[in-house]
Amino acid sequence: MARYILGRLVATIPVLITVAVAVFLLIHLSPGDPAVVIAGEQASPADIEKIREKLGFNDPLLVQFMTWAGQMLTGDFGRSIFNDYPVSGLIGERIGATLSLALITMVISISVAVPLGILAAQRAGGWLDRAVMGLSVLGFSVPVFCVGYAFIFLLAVWGKLLPVQGYVPLAEDPAGFLARMVMPALTLSFAYVALLARMTRASMIEVIGQDYIRTARAKGLGVPTILVRHALRNASVPIVTTIGLGLASLLGGVVVTESVFAIPGLGRLIVDAILRRDYPVIQAVILLFALIYVIINLLIDLSYSLIDPRIRDR
Amino acid sequence: MTRMFQIKQLRGAALCSALALAGISIAPGQAMAEKVLKFVPQTDLKTVDPFATLSYPVRNFAYLVYDTLFAMDANLEPQPQMVDSWTVSDDRLVWTFKLRDGLKWHDGAPVTAADCIASLKRWSARDGLAQMMAKVIDKYEAVDDGTFAIHFSEPFGPVIEALARPSTVPSFMMPERLAMTDPFENNAEAIGSGPFKFLADEWNPGSKLVFVKNEDYIPRDEPASFLSGGKVVNFDRVEWVSIPDATTASSALAAGEVDWFELPPSDLLPMMAAQDGVEVKNVDPMGSQAVLRMNFTQPPFDNKAIRQAVLSVINQADYMTAVAGDPDNWLECPSIYPCGTPLSTETGAEALMTAPDIEAAKQKIIDAGYAGEKVVIISASDVPIMQYMAYVTLDLYQKLGLNVELQATDQGAYFARRNNRGTPEEGGWNTYVSWVNSADFVNPIGNVMLKATGADGYTGWPDLPNLEALRSDWLKAATPEDSKAIAADIQTVVYDEVVYIPLGQFKLPTAYRSELTGVIEAPMMVFWNVDRQ
Repeated sequence: MARYILGRLVATIPVLITVAVAVFLLIHLSPGDPAVVIAGEQASPADIEKIREKLGFNDPLLVQFMTWAGQMLTGDFGRSIFNDYPVSGLIGERIGATLSLALITMVISISVAVPLGILAAQRAGGWLDRAVMGLSVLGFSVPVFCVGYAFIFLLAVWGKLLPVQGYVPLAEDPAGFLARMVMPALTLSFAYVALLARMTRASMIEVIGQDYIRTARAKGLGVPTILVRHALRNASVPIVTTIGLGLASLLGGVVVTESVFAIPGLGRLIVDAILRRDYPVIQAVILLFALIYVIINLLIDLSYSLIDPRIRDR
Repeated sequence: MTRMFQIKQLRGAALCSALALAGISIAPGQAMAEKVLKFVPQTDLKTVDPFATLSYPVRNFAYLVYDTLFAMDANLEPQPQMVDSWTVSDDRLVWTFKLRDGLKWHDGAPVTAADCIASLKRWSARDGLAQMMAKVIDKYEAVDDGTFAIHFSEPFGPVIEALARPSTVPSFMMPERLAMTDPFENNAEAIGSGPFKFLADEWNPGSKLVFVKNEDYIPRDEPASFLSGGKVVNFDRVEWVSIPDATTASSALAAGEVDWFELPPSDLLPMMAAQDGVEVKNVDPMGSQAVLRMNFTQPPFDNKAIRQAVLSVINQADYMTAVAGDPDNWLECPSIYPCGTPLSTETGAEALMTAPDIEAAKQKIIDAGYAGEKVVIISASDVPIMQYMAYVTLDLYQKLGLNVELQATDQGAYFARRNNRGTPEEGGWNTYVSWVNSADFVNPIGNVMLKATGADGYTGWPDLPNLEALRSDWLKAATPEDSKAIAADIQTVVYDEVVYIPLGQFKLPTAYRSELTGVIEAPMMVFWNVDRQ
């Protein structure tokens, strides 16, 4: 197992190098010039040229790439070309909000969606199943910002129960942290519950039809035991995959939700950086996203062997 | 199973209720020891160095932290701010300035003449009017710690007006050690002598900026007026809270979580105005001027007759309705100097003031030799005001029979493209529409669109020596009457050559909690004089 993990980790190196080269080329070859954005709308061409020179953008692309790659190898992510803030500091300040939002969303989504999916599968074709599927379609169809605005209106503006926006770290103010996380997490969960419930239902229906489930019933086992111990375990590979990819996608920044609730997370960081062409920030954050995806994929693969002994034995 | 699920549901609901109740105790109305003003700025701050970038948010930030030698009052008359008194020699070649007693930087050091001289030199590298002034400055002289002099090689008219320039790059003063930084490099430290101190360690870029009252600041005795007078601070702390979504920002204002939303979009204004506890108001007396620029270096607008044909069919009301909606928020202004400011005039603007005749203009374009070249309008799709005006222009160009295409990108790509002198196929452009804070256009030097020096001039690149000569003459004007006459001559050339086309003057209202009093009318939001009832 250790050898497998090591092998997978080594395999991430070419992935990260490919991502680094691709991101560097994409952002440097796409239209836009940070010197123009820094200089401001009323700057003269001479002013812009001076800023380009200062920032090293007139150097050949290869020189710029080698400089950046050399910094990255020494663990130096560089500094934002706008506010001179260390990129690692910017990521550090933002990752807490994104991580919190992703984890709370996942806890809510799993807690609600998996039981719903199981119940829908058990009563396939019944009213509960139809209701769950109907809600899933709603969850997929309603744009996340609409759900966010609805929560803001109901719980903050009208109900005056929760603050409209913002983020405070858990360590700073636990109650404030929870109060500010409820609406964004519920908003995101709306779509993830729909996704997970459908996936759970589909997997469970497939498993429930198997002979060994019929045998278990014939042996007189209780419904909860059959569903949870026998069916769910065998149906859980696609569910775990969906959870893992959902988590990776949440950690990759949920721009709309972060914008609607003014949460300073990684999603807003990368979007702001792209709009300004803040190259060091874009490059570092996208590399981080790639790393998150690689690690979560690895964890998903490892979880398969824990869930299903047949995979472990292969 | 169903029962188990119901129990889970109940537990979930109980948890949500508990969280909601937790919210009650910490949400609006949280008790705070300090008096805090929470402000939602129009956009996030790029840098804290007011000379490193020419942008309105940075300028607005700088007005909290830095002070200026002079400042404009509500009548657009320059008034001393950091300066106590000044003299000018009979030959108008030596200007001597004495600083007010007791001025201190935020790090506790006294403000000295050497600091001001270094700041003026750095400022001169970035501001258009300051650059013109620097050309005729022989030397700066620190007479003593609190007095300095500027020696000119020839008389320069608007010295005090330049030092009081409210925008885009006012003459913000900073300590010599910071002012010695290359003007094109970013100073990460923000130390001024203004009424607020910036707390760098609480800065979370993209999220929050924090300022605290500068207890050492000594306001002038005069009442606050526009950007001049006594800057009395009534809040212990001002927080700029970044809320990128306008609907959320308006909800936060309605809920009392923030006190002030700088620029609500026009479609939200009626709803906000109807809310209890929220005041929607125009606090910028001059507003902004919308402009249309044609590229002098690319066909078909390298042809003066075609530019004139476009000018003849511009209807400012079309643009202003698209941008600002409510007629209370805009006016048609045929002057290149904002209406209501001293140099404002209708001289030379007859073409703009005549009713549009599309058919006649179409014929003029054909007669001028238009050969069906593609006309590319560029716009930033993430800047709604620009995009609205671009659509109006697209419609107008189509009516004129031009082979037109609107190419919208994000801001980053738009600004880069606007500086591309190539053909549209090479990434260049033919037309763009934009807008500028009127404070930048009050004189012909500060207005960068009038810079007509060709390739090294402003984007659009007109090359008009006669216009440049007139701008130089304006600097030497001895009397206000001369100044106005030359300004009118400049406007005549601008309309004859169609250097650019003013599209109207509009105001963008701000929204704040009704409890706030003393909001100053100025071209930008300032935080002195403001108090909470």
